[in-house]
Amino acid sequence: MISVDRLTVRFGSMLAVREASFEVARGESFGLVGESGSGKSTILRAMTGLVPTDGGRMTVDGEVLGKTRGRRFHRVVQMVFQDPYGSLHPRHTIDRILSEPVAIHDLDQPERRVLAALDDVGLGPSFRFRYPHQLSGGQRQRVAIARAIIAEPQILLLDEPTSALDVSIQAEVLNLLARLRRDRGLTYILVSHNLAVVAHMCERLAVMNRGQIVEQLTSDDLHRRQAATDYTRLLMRASEGYDPTLATV
Amino acid sequence: MSTPLLAIEDLNVTFETRKGPVRATRDVTWSMGREKIAIVGESGSGKSMSARAVLGLIQPPGRVEARRLEFDGIDLRGLRPRDWLSIRGRRISMVMQDPRYSLNPVMTVGQQIAEAYVIHHGANRAEARRRALDMLAAVHIRDPERVYGTYPHEISGGMGQRVMIAMMLIPEPELLIADEPTSALDVTVQNQVLAIIDEMVTRRGMGLVFISHDLGLVSSFCDRVLIMYAGRVVEECAAADLHKATHPYTRGLLACQPRLGERAAELATLNRQAEWAR
Repeated sequence: MISVDRLTVRFGSMLAVREASFEVARGESFGLVGESGSGKSTILRAMTGLVPTDGGRMTVDGEVLGKTRGRRFHRVVQMVFQDPYGSLHPRHTIDRILSEPVAIHDLDQPERRVLAALDDVGLGPSFRFRYPHQLSGGQRQRVAIARAIIAEPQILLLDEPTSALDVSIQAEVLNLLARLRRDRGLTYILVSHNLAVVAHMCERLAVMNRGQIVEQLTSDDLHRRQAATDYTRLLMRASEGYDPTLATV
Repeated sequence: MSTPLLAIEDLNVTFETRKGPVRATRDVTWSMGREKIAIVGESGSGKSMSARAVLGLIQPPGRVEARRLEFDGIDLRGLRPRDWLSIRGRRISMVMQDPRYSLNPVMTVGQQIAEAYVIHHGANRAEARRRALDMLAAVHIRDPERVYGTYPHEISGGMGQRVMIAMMLIPEPELLIADEPTSALDVTVQNQVLAIIDEMVTRRGMGLVFISHDLGLVSSFCDRVLIMYAGRVVEECAAADLHKATHPYTRGLLACQPRLGERAAELATLNRQAEWAR
């Protein structure tokens, strides 16, 4: 469904992504894990055409991606961003936010679709004419997910979708994302710094460090703590809590 | 019994709003000695407000009321601004979450650390500079001379947080309040920053109030944990016994996090009960 082959992204003299390659099958959920600056979000931004690439080849659903992305691409691929406060227009009602993709893609029955999308993300019709500032962080992220799925895409790119949320709200949003994927056969790429979140949500993942994919493994490997590289093992131990023996690294 | 370092009884922080009073903390009670205590809770639970009240940082229309609010036997209620000068920053200091917003962007980091020393110890500039360099070395910054002359935007988040810790520790406080000091940092850097705080607390015999939303982190780092919900302390336990916590809110928080090594088809979710907030 998705193939990224030796993708390279450069910001000035800085190599943000260096020859990253991975493939994601239809219906699969693939994770990109790493620390800040590792290039994981840049890969998503390169796929959606938000940053220019400096080499490599990306294909989505059999089509090679060029410099720009058209309506057809966005019909297939949608994205959910990290910050639910920054990614919704503050002066648009939820109704208008959700109606926009419907209009862009010339879909029929906008009203029915808006109500169905709200229902899909567990918000219900009473939220339709509210503004983002009247919603909690978790509710806003549900709106962002509703906006992403309303045009019935096949692929969702999720960039740290729950890292701005409290853990109890994170659990609700992750359960929602898992259910949507199951019900609709969606393909996910999930970017996160949280290994446990990725192990829970994805079948396979790539670990990134300083712009490079250092290792690809299955989440079963991760659960069994079978990592091939020192870096992945370091990340696993550091995410378990405070460990003074790691402080000298 | 010796005087506790910090003693709080029935602390209430209230904000008047158009919709009536909002109670940010409700009858919060706890006391501590020179130990590492954690306050855990989700956003809006009142954990930061409790700490701010201790430092006298609640501004009107916020209102602070307490039956007892004592630091080392000093009643902090209604302290005059000039009395605060000898306590805030000097004997109790606070490390904030994000160094990008908490450091002065137009002053070099070295000057900021030295300033903290000059203000609280009345030292001259050469002495303060020397102490600031020592302090940068103490928080494990490799090249203190170079970092002294950098501006906050020129250093990484992890280094910025170490600079802030250096600035807060240079007056040699007896109590350090750290409000989510590592939440903006990568996990590998987080460990280094915690190790530095740990070293300082142990070596100087300071008390530490560690505010966090991360149960796993505090249970491995602190001695005791207070869990807050809707402005109240709902449970208190030894950090090592956190997994044996009994309050349904604490249990829910522990259960809803995905964990490595535990496969689950679905994550448990919190079923908030109205009585927890009562």
